[in-house]
Amino acid sequence: MKASPFWSLWGWPLFIAVLSGAGLVGGLVGDGRWDWMTWVGLGVPCVASAWFGLRGRRARA
Amino acid sequence: MSPGTTRVWSWLHKWSSLVSTVFLLVLCLTGLPLVFHHQIGAWLGTEVVAPALPADAPRATLDQVMAAARGRFPSKTGMYVSQEPDDDTIWYVTMGDTPRSTTDLKQVAVDARTGGALAEPKIDGGVMGVVHTIHVELFAGLWGKLFLGFMGLLMLVAIVSGIVLYAPFMRKLRFGEVRHERSTRVRWLDLHNLLGIATVTWALVVGATGMINTWADLVIEHWRNDQVAQLLSHYRGLPPLTQLGSLEKAFANARAREPQMKIAFIAFPGTAWGSAHHYGVFMRGRTRLTERLVQPVLVDAVTGEVSSSEDPPWYMTTLLLSQPLHFGDYGGVPMQWLWAMLDVITIVVLGSGLYLWLSKKGPVRKPAAAEAKAAVA
Repeated sequence: MKASPFWSLWGWPLFIAVLSGAGLVGGLVGDGRWDWMTWVGLGVPCVASAWFGLRGRRARA
Repeated sequence: MSPGTTRVWSWLHKWSSLVSTVFLLVLCLTGLPLVFHHQIGAWLGTEVVAPALPADAPRATLDQVMAAARGRFPSKTGMYVSQEPDDDTIWYVTMGDTPRSTTDLKQVAVDARTGGALAEPKIDGGVMGVVHTIHVELFAGLWGKLFLGFMGLLMLVAIVSGIVLYAPFMRKLRFGEVRHERSTRVRWLDLHNLLGIATVTWALVVGATGMINTWADLVIEHWRNDQVAQLLSHYRGLPPLTQLGSLEKAFANARAREPQMKIAFIAFPGTAWGSAHHYGVFMRGRTRLTERLVQPVLVDAVTGEVSSSEDPPWYMTTLLLSQPLHFGDYGGVPMQWLWAMLDVITIVVLGSGLYLWLSKKGPVRKPAAAEAKAAVA
């Protein structure tokens, strides 16, 4: 399957957005497993920011 | 997207951000310690802890609790009595000169078992109180709240226009590509786009719920004039109360009406959360969700009989749900740290946005503009 221009542009942002949304809702629903949904869901934007933001920083210096 | 449309969205993004950025930075910086206010309170020693007693130790009545609180502040009148969701050993009694006072409030923490006063926690005092007041209202009362609510609205405009502009800027780039080899400006443009789009859901939710929370006073007032006034229409025109009946009896009857719920707080007659003739007994459910959706049980403050127990209307539910979604206090300590991290990332987005605007103005204007164009093309 060849990625369409739409998905190559919006695929990752949508993926992260949906997971964050699930994380925000999960914690409201219940404890235990739902907590994990929150931590993973909200962890994804943090990890993506750190990974892509810090990657390749050395190349410049 | 046509160049004309892009220009309109750019204009929206630029101005909604420029007007609000300084205030949003203040909100992010003050919000950061507020995420950890429980831990900071414990660390500063302002958190009250009740002495250990057996779980089945007999309980003091609420009338004893109020007597203990009045013993500390004989000239003040009761406004609210509340309990933390996870600790039923302490009652927090809030007192003021009148039920509608907003300044000079006092709080007494009373042991729920012995009925003895434990401490007088400072309301909005200390460093965290100052931080909280800045975050909520910039020391400018209701108008400060509404102003910050408007800044929240501008933030939402900036986010939506930012999403729209993400497409033309990123068309030629892979997700997360940061062109470190290019100029500082291009590198920060890429970082701004990456961090902005990665945290967009969180920022939209925290921005929107923050905005809704700034309307809390107005929403509660509307609820009092709307649902409460309708339910209690037969109390209209009665003279104000001079003597209140037993709080314990009112509480017991409210519990009997909603036996599956536990207490969140009780509002005294004449306060913002109650009617002039009732104790507003606000009960919470026992699940994560219903813990937030308090049920108002209105109890006649003289007879102690329940007058009504109705589900709150949609706008109250919206307000009540907006609180946890803004505070991030419903997923334990890991969630607090995630909230803090997302807050810091937002600070970087705001700062880089400001830098991108400033760096356009300086002597490097021409090459920078050319690079931005190259990035758009």
